[in-house]
Amino acid sequence: MNLGAKEIMKQTRAVEMGAGLFVLLGFGALFFLITQTTGLSNEIGNTGYTINARFENVGDLKIRAPVTISGVTIGRVTSIAYDPERMNAVVEMMIADQYRQLPDDSEAAILTAGLIGGQYIGLTPGGSETWLEQGSQIEFTQSAVVLENLIGKFLSSVGGGN
Amino acid sequence: MNDWLCEIREGIEAFVRSVGELTLFFFNIAIYSPRTLVRRPGLVVKQVFNSGAMSMTIILTCGLFVGMVLGLQGFDTLQRFGAEEALGTFATLSLVKELGPVLTALLFSGRAGTALASEIGLMRATDQLAAMEMMAVDPVRRIVIPRFLGGVIAMPFLTAIFNMIAIFGAFLVGVTFMGVDQGAFWSQMHANVTVADVNQGVIKSLVFGIVASLLAVYQGYTSVPTAEGVGRATTRTVVTTAITVLILDYLLTATLIG
Repeated sequence: MNLGAKEIMKQTRAVEMGAGLFVLLGFGALFFLITQTTGLSNEIGNTGYTINARFENVGDLKIRAPVTISGVTIGRVTSIAYDPERMNAVVEMMIADQYRQLPDDSEAAILTAGLIGGQYIGLTPGGSETWLEQGSQIEFTQSAVVLENLIGKFLSSVGGGN
Repeated sequence: MNDWLCEIREGIEAFVRSVGELTLFFFNIAIYSPRTLVRRPGLVVKQVFNSGAMSMTIILTCGLFVGMVLGLQGFDTLQRFGAEEALGTFATLSLVKELGPVLTALLFSGRAGTALASEIGLMRATDQLAAMEMMAVDPVRRIVIPRFLGGVIAMPFLTAIFNMIAIFGAFLVGVTFMGVDQGAFWSQMHANVTVADVNQGVIKSLVFGIVASLLAVYQGYTSVPTAEGVGRATTRTVVTTAITVLILDYLLTATLIG
C-alpha cells in the first residue's frame, strides 16, 4: 500500500515535470518569436531627445520610419503633423542619447530606400560648433521627391525644348 | 420524392440541433472552467501534459520539415526576383501569421483531439460517466473540463514551439544549404516582422485551441456508446476541427487584417 502511494507520487511528479518543461519551452518559444523575429530588439527605446523639422511635403513618410546619418540609424520618426498656420508638415523625431553631437545647421532630407522601399529621413551634418538639443528645429530641409511632380517637370522641360 | 425531401429536412434539423447542443455544452464548460482551474489544478496540469507535452514529437518533426520546405520553396520563388534575402521575412510571416496556428491546430486535433474524443467516448461506452453521475460526481466538471482546459492551455505554446522550430528549419535550408546571407536573413526579418504580426498568430492559436479542444471533448462526450460510435466520434473530431479551423482562419484573418 505504501509502495503504491509512492509509485503514484512518482508518476504525478513526472507528469508535473513534463507539463512544466513543456510550458517553459512554450514561453521560451513565444519570447523568441516576439524578441528575435521582430524589430523590437533593435529599437531605440524611449531614451533620447526630440528634434523637429518642417517639410513642404513628407511624401510617404510614416511614423517609426528610421532617421539616419551616414546611413546609420540613429533615431525614429515619432510624429507627423500638419501646421495650418505655416502650411507645412512638422515631423518630430527622437534621436538616441549617444548621438548628442549633431551640428545645429545639419540638413534633413526625406529619402527613399531602394526603388520600392519605404521612406526615411537622412541627416547631413553641417559645420556648426553648437549641437541640436531637445526641442530644436532643423532649419535646412529637403522635401520628399514625388514621382508625379518629377515626371511633370521632365515632360514640361522636354516640351519647352521643342 | 417526398421521402427524399424529408431526409434533407431531418439532416438540416440534426445539424442545427447539434450546433445548439455544442453551444450549450460550451457555455456549461465555460461557466465551470475558472472554478476547476482554481480548485483542481492538478487535473488540468495532467491534461496539459497529455495534450501538450505528449504532442511535442509530432509538432517538432512537422515544424522542422514545414520550415525546411518553406526555406526551399521560398528560396526558389524569391531568387527568380533576385530577392532571396527576403527569405527570412517570407518564412517568418507565413509561419507566424498563418501556417503555424493552422497546422498546429490540425496536428493537435490529429494527435491530442482524437485521444481526448476516444478516451471520453470509451468512458461513455463503458458506463464510467454514468457511474460518476451515480456517485454525484459531475463528469463534465471532473472529466471534460480538465481535458478542455489542458488543450486550451497547450495550444498557444505548441504553436509557438512549432513556429520557432520551423523558422530554424527555414534558416537551415536557406542559409546553410542555399547560401542566403545570414545577416540579411535576420535583418530583413527584424525590419519587416512586427509585434502585431506575432500577436495575430497568438490570437489565432488561442481561438483554435478553444475550438479544437471543445470539438474533441464534445464529440467524445456525445458519442454513441458502442465501439463503432467511439470510432465515429474520433473521425468526426478531426473532420469537424479541420473544417471549423479553416473557416474560422479566414474570418479571423479578415478581422485582424481589417
